[in-house]
Amino acid sequence: MTRHFLGDTAVLLGRSLRHVTRSVDTVITTAIMPVAMMLMFVYVFGGAINTGTDSYVNYLLPGILLITIASGIAYTAFRLFTDLKSGVFERFQSMPTARSAVLWAHVLTSLVANLISLAIVMLVALAMGFRSSAPVTAWLSVVGILILFTLALTWIAVIPGLSAKTVEGASAFSYPLIFLPFLSSAFVPTATMPGPLRLFAEHQPVTSIVNAIRALFTEQPVGTDIWIALAWCVGILVVAYLFAMNTYRRRIA
Amino acid sequence: MRTQQTPAIQVRDLRKSYKDLHVLRGVDFEVARGGVFALLGSNGAGKTTAVRILSTLLKPDAGVVRVNGFDVTTQAADVRESISLTGQFAAVDEILTGRENLMLVARLRHLANPAQVADDLLRRFSLTDAAGRRAATYSGGMRRRLDIAMSLIGDPPIIFLDEPTTGLDPQARLEVWRTVKDLTAQGTTVLLTTQYLDEAEHLADRIAILHQGRIIVDGTLADLKRLLPPAKVEYVEKQPTLEEIFLTLTGTNT
Repeated sequence: MTRHFLGDTAVLLGRSLRHVTRSVDTVITTAIMPVAMMLMFVYVFGGAINTGTDSYVNYLLPGILLITIASGIAYTAFRLFTDLKSGVFERFQSMPTARSAVLWAHVLTSLVANLISLAIVMLVALAMGFRSSAPVTAWLSVVGILILFTLALTWIAVIPGLSAKTVEGASAFSYPLIFLPFLSSAFVPTATMPGPLRLFAEHQPVTSIVNAIRALFTEQPVGTDIWIALAWCVGILVVAYLFAMNTYRRRIA
Repeated sequence: MRTQQTPAIQVRDLRKSYKDLHVLRGVDFEVARGGVFALLGSNGAGKTTAVRILSTLLKPDAGVVRVNGFDVTTQAADVRESISLTGQFAAVDEILTGRENLMLVARLRHLANPAQVADDLLRRFSLTDAAGRRAATYSGGMRRRLDIAMSLIGDPPIIFLDEPTTGLDPQARLEVWRTVKDLTAQGTTVLLTTQYLDEAEHLADRIAILHQGRIIVDGTLADLKRLLPPAKVEYVEKQPTLEEIFLTLTGTNT
């Protein structure tokens, strides 16, 4: 069975990528919400927000990128749920095909679809005046962090995708994830927040990830933020993966 | 060549419960190679649970289940090489075209020439004209045909058809029946579950009735008829059935 794992995953990846290219709307709607937020924050609220930097779009972009991923993974859960509901999933599971290939194909598709959405958001940000003179290594580090964050959230998305009873249930989990950046340093410096909120904001994963990306873009020293950010991403990834695999095993037992 | 000698399916004392709900309470039956074996039962009798266990989607709580000579729990991979499952709902990928659906399954079964396999099946199931259309645009009968065509890829010796005609219109039902007959003509063993008694009567070589988690009878149609008192001769005016009227009026009775 395992000898076919890579080949089967590639075939199934081709299949779900076709789902993405045939419903381009899913990629665009994933990008529209963060783009709208970016426009609103930069042009409506931006003037009143004092971040201590001269370009608010530079300040805001890292958080917007994370929101893009958080809203994109809802479609991963949706696609997985649709496969289960339509019986296609069971068809694959009853075939001489590497069993976990179906799951990995969905995970990789999520990565590809999210990278496309991130590229769209990035282009809009450039048009809005986002600039960074960071070296290639810093850009690659940013891409690496975003990939890790996407994978972590994707494995979270797999859990409702496999266990939800309704379509709504399969994608509702993403709302709190989309909301999380608002309670972080993504839009305003945490120093302005009242005590308990500030305590939460400074110790939740989004703040360290946003700070690390922001430091990389502005060529500032990343300090301990990047290690905290990586620890969060890897930690969430591992825990979500274990829970997802457990859900998967119970589902196909 | 033990696969030629062993029965296609052997089920002994199969048990499966969901918490307090005992769905299968000691099911025994055996299916010989070739022909159609129908598993009859009302809704909730446990037919689908039995098929899911036979196709390795569900683990039995107890009992011995062998498909094509392989144990479903310890040799699941070999079982999956030997079978194909057509579930209650046509499990086709709606976003892909008919042809892509077939090629996908051919690739996942690791066949050498997926395009050739797809084109042959499209022709055989009269889907060539619709080959390039997304499966979402297919009618119920076409979906079911595509679904069954997908199950035939790789020529598995045993095919499970779980209520293949539920929800189909009469024409589509006749199409499925013809397909099943063609299959058995090639030596494939078909396990069919159905709640339509005329379907079993029409297609099955052997019939087993699953009732309250057990097989209560198992035999040929003639065996089953013998269980009731011999036929009496009665004179009844022959009225056309509604199905005959419908098929005559719509002009599709071939």
